[in-house]
Amino acid sequence: MPLRLSIVTQDRTVLEQDDVTRLVVPTTEGQITILPSHAPLMASLSIGEMVVYTPAGPDPIAVHGGFIQVVDDEVSVLADAAERASDIDETRADEARTRAERHLTERAADTGEAIDLLRAQAALQRSLLRLRVVRRRRGTGVPASR
Amino acid sequence: MAGAGAVRAIRDRIKSVQSTAQVTRAMELVAASKMRRAQDRAVQARPYADRMRSVLLQLAGYAQSVDPDELSPLLQEREVKHFAFIHITADRGLAGGLNANMNRMGASLALEHQPNVERVSVLPVGRKGRDFFRRSGFPMLAEFTGLGDFPESSEVLPIARIIRDDFIAGNIDQVYIGYQRFVNAAVQRPTVRQILPIQPPEDATATEEDDGRRPVDFIFEPSPESLLETLLPRYIEMQIYEAVLEARASEQSARMVAMRQATDAANDMVSDLTLTYNKARQESVTSELLDIIGGTAALENA
Repeated sequence: MPLRLSIVTQDRTVLEQDDVTRLVVPTTEGQITILPSHAPLMASLSIGEMVVYTPAGPDPIAVHGGFIQVVDDEVSVLADAAERASDIDETRADEARTRAERHLTERAADTGEAIDLLRAQAALQRSLLRLRVVRRRRGTGVPASR
Repeated sequence: MAGAGAVRAIRDRIKSVQSTAQVTRAMELVAASKMRRAQDRAVQARPYADRMRSVLLQLAGYAQSVDPDELSPLLQEREVKHFAFIHITADRGLAGGLNANMNRMGASLALEHQPNVERVSVLPVGRKGRDFFRRSGFPMLAEFTGLGDFPESSEVLPIARIIRDDFIAGNIDQVYIGYQRFVNAAVQRPTVRQILPIQPPEDATATEEDDGRRPVDFIFEPSPESLLETLLPRYIEMQIYEAVLEARASEQSARMVAMRQATDAANDMVSDLTLTYNKARQESVTSELLDIIGGTAALENA
C-alpha cells in the first residue's frame, strides 16, 4: 500500500499525492526515509531537499523547515515554506545566490551587523537549496552544499 | 425662464446621481471579485490549520503527562496584570457598519478588562481600528496598516513575533484577538478568541476520528516537548493569519453589500427624479404653449 502524502503551508496546499512509494525527508535529527507501513512518527523538519518517489519518478521539493507526521501510511508535512522544482525560477535562485554570497564577503570584511549576517546566510542557504532541487529535476549538476 | 431653469437643475441632478450609481456599481463588482479571491485564500489556508490543530491536540496529550512547570511558557496561565488584544479592521471604509461594529466591540473588550487589570493595550491591524484607538488613549503595542487585500502569511509573522516575545518577557499576560468572522456573503460576525496563553484546540473532529486507536505510540524526533516548542509559535501565527484572512473576506463582502445598497438607492433616486423631471418639463411646455396661445389670441383680438 502506497503512502498518502500531503504537503501544506500556511498559505496553500503544495502537493497532494496518494501513490508515494518512498519519501526522503530532511529532519532536524538527520535525513530519514519513509516507506509504507512506517511506525507512527512526529518529527521537526530542517531546511533541505525532500524527495517524493512515485511510480512516475522522483519529485524533488525544497522544504524550509516545519513538521512531519506519519500515521497509518498517511503523511502530513506542515512546512513553513515548500516549493516544487517546477515552481522554482532557476535564474532568480542563481541571482539570489550571487547576491547572498556578495553580501557575505562584504560583511566579512567590516564587522557587520549580526542580523544582516544571519539574513545573508539564510538567503544563501535558501538559494542553494532551490538550485539543488531545480537542478536535480533537470538532471544536471547538483551544486556542492556548503 | 424659471420653469426651464428648474428642469435643467433636475436633469443635472439625475446625471450626477447616475454617475454615482455607476461608480458604486463598479465598486460592488470589484468587491465581489475580491471577496471570491479572499474566500479562496481562506479555504486554501484551511488544510494547514486543520492538520496543525490535530497534531497539536495529539502532542498536547503527551506533554500533559510531564511536570506542568516544564511546559512551554506559552501554555502557562498566570495572573493577568497586563491584558492585550489584537484588533483587526480594514484599512479602508465604504464597507457599511463593518469597521464601526468592530471598533465598538474592541472598545467594549478593552473597557470590560480595564477594571480587573493594571493595563490594557491594543495592537491594531488596519487603519480604521488604529485611528479609532489612537483617539481612545489605550497604549499600543504596535500597529500594522497597509497589509493589503490579500496578505501572505509571511506578512503576518511580525504580529505573532511581537506578542510572543512580549508574552515570554512577561510584558503581557494574556492576549486576545478580535476580528470580523466571515459567516457568508451577507453576514460577518465580530469574534473574539484567546491567543495567549495557548489553549489547546478543541477536540471536536479529532475524537471521532481517533476513537479506539488513541493513544498512538509515536516516535518523536527529537522529543514531544521540543516538538511542541517548535509547533506552538506556528500555531500562534496560524491563528492570527486565519483571523486576518477571515477579516479580509468579511471586508470585501461588507463592501459589496454596502455598494449594492448604494447603487439601489441611487437608482431609486434616479427614477424618482425622472418622474419629477417629466412633470416639470410637461409643466414648462404647457406654460410655454399657453403663452403662445395667449400671445396669438392677443394679436388676433387686436
